[in-house]
Amino acid sequence: MSASNSIDIKRCLIDTVLAGLISLIVFGPIVGIVLQGYSFDLHPQRLAILVGIVMAGRFCLSLFLQTAYGRKLAHSMQSKDSGVHVLPAGHKSALRFVIPVLILLAVCFPFFANKYLLSVVILGLIYVLLGLGLNIVVGLAGLLDLGFVGFYAIGAYGLGLGFEYLGLGFWAMIPLAMILAAFAGALLGFPVLRMHGDYLAIVTLGFGEIIRLVLNNWVSLTNGPNGIPIPGPTLFGLEFGRRAKEEGHIPIHEWLGVSYNPNAELIFTFVVLFIVVMAVLYVKHRLTHMPVGRAWEALREDEIACRAMGLNHVLVKLSAFMIGASIAGLAGVFFATKQGFIDPSSFTFFESALILAIIVLGGLGSTLGVVIAAFVLTVAPELLRSFAEYRVLMFGILMVLMMIWRPRGLVRISRNGYAIRKGVKP
Amino acid sequence: MSKPILEFKDVDVFYGPIQALKKVNLHINEGETVSLIGANGAGKSTLLMSIFGQPRAGGGSIVYNGIDITQKSSHFVASNGIAQSPEGRRVFPDMSVEENLLMGTIPIGAKHADEDMQRMFELFPRLLERRNQRAMTMSGGEQQMLAIARALMSRPKLLLLDEPSLGLAPIVVKHIFATLKELAKTGMTIFLVEQNANHALRLSDRGYVMVNGEIRMTGTGQELLGNEEVRNAYLGGH
Repeated sequence: MSASNSIDIKRCLIDTVLAGLISLIVFGPIVGIVLQGYSFDLHPQRLAILVGIVMAGRFCLSLFLQTAYGRKLAHSMQSKDSGVHVLPAGHKSALRFVIPVLILLAVCFPFFANKYLLSVVILGLIYVLLGLGLNIVVGLAGLLDLGFVGFYAIGAYGLGLGFEYLGLGFWAMIPLAMILAAFAGALLGFPVLRMHGDYLAIVTLGFGEIIRLVLNNWVSLTNGPNGIPIPGPTLFGLEFGRRAKEEGHIPIHEWLGVSYNPNAELIFTFVVLFIVVMAVLYVKHRLTHMPVGRAWEALREDEIACRAMGLNHVLVKLSAFMIGASIAGLAGVFFATKQGFIDPSSFTFFESALILAIIVLGGLGSTLGVVIAAFVLTVAPELLRSFAEYRVLMFGILMVLMMIWRPRGLVRISRNGYAIRKGVKP
Repeated sequence: MSKPILEFKDVDVFYGPIQALKKVNLHINEGETVSLIGANGAGKSTLLMSIFGQPRAGGGSIVYNGIDITQKSSHFVASNGIAQSPEGRRVFPDMSVEENLLMGTIPIGAKHADEDMQRMFELFPRLLERRNQRAMTMSGGEQQMLAIARALMSRPKLLLLDEPSLGLAPIVVKHIFATLKELAKTGMTIFLVEQNANHALRLSDRGYVMVNGEIRMTGTGQELLGNEEVRNAYLGGH
């Protein structure tokens, strides 16, 4: 660059012409030629409009990137070095101020939200939970798990089957589903943790499918593809429906003496889910500062070195697997409660891929990024219902753009460094 | 002569159908520096790793301080006084020098961390200059120093070094071996696996020569250095 502050028009023009040529090649056959029976019509003006738009856009982008602000933006987009971003010791995140605002928003939210918005946000929060769970396994411990949806299914079906056969409700199943999913994680973990990378991914992929196929085919227990109904949540035995479904229960609006609110059940689910998400966020925050969290990260960096240091790698990996699985089980319970009905088609491989996409987009190992990405990937498709056909296309474009500009995800994984030890003289 | 701290008794190791170690007998006495030299693929690293059960010995036994560790898990071995600086250094790239050193204290806890870290900085002054720098940004020699220092942080009774000269400039190798000599003088028991036979044998009290999975020769460092066969095979013949 000759002069750092002046704008280089020549370079802008070169960029523009190049972009125009590429768009001509890309759009030419698709837009410019329309088949008419056995012959075809040429539509040069349509093509010209599109190419014109692309060239104008590229010119503006080129100009913008050469301004001082644009240059700064482009610089920040390029990831300078690899790996974990190490913050100075004792660094306090700006999230301290953001979290109270979020809590305030969450408190106000049910008052102005309608039923549709509530259910969309609940779905977003469920994916936040799933993302956080998988982030412990993939982002922190570095174990690629493609069958995460299996644990999610265990949580959801735990609630359904627990109600059907044992009469257990929402509250009892929250801890039980976590334990159940963690147990399943351990069961899967013991044999497969000897494997690395790709092999582990394939085995976990198989595990996820096994769970789904068992749920699908064990008709006498799970009712197979017909699915099972899920009871509504209760609060100290009070139900949220217009009339009590169970003998001896009373609906909450009668007990409180207020008029019936059809959103009450969703609001209740939202409140409990929000509290749970906050608790999981806090637990994850603490875990990354505990020895076990440090051990996960060390194991991800170099397993052989860890074992040479005397770290019990099986136990460390298993703990990551179990904690991740139990969070997925928790998410499953909420999913089932929200849906009111579950069947195995909700737990296909596509769900696992979506959760993985959430954490890759958000940034492997980064909590904030995962929360944002979970909302973007679940709420955005809901709000853009009219573009439903293009959803997967947009997904793909988003992925490609991310991998070019932000290969480490929206928010890079970071951790606080250790302070220099005072006992050691310089 | 003091009692052996580590002993290999007729150890066989297999990789599938291939036998990598054939009835290896070897012992290391307390306070000694012992080196194992051999060509590429002779089984040196296999022997070292079999102490940690990776791969596990198919026959014979490995005895450490009177305990049979042949079937013990690797973290058990590592947390009971055997520290290793693995082949290829394997420092934690995203951690600073101090954090890497703290990782070395896992087996014994951080109670001696300050004191030991001070000692490491005296032993390797280069690490002090880099104490807050991330390991991946350091040179190979500095990383090797860090790997050795990290291994020493667990106050081991036996230090295993796998090719500390790997990929380093001759002057850095010289420096590292000088430090090892200093370390050996303090009474540390060192087991050194090396291709750089010249340096290794000069440092060692005793040496073993490994060829195709068998111990071919043994003797004091000086004896082996003077041996015609060793000179021809490993020291370039002059």
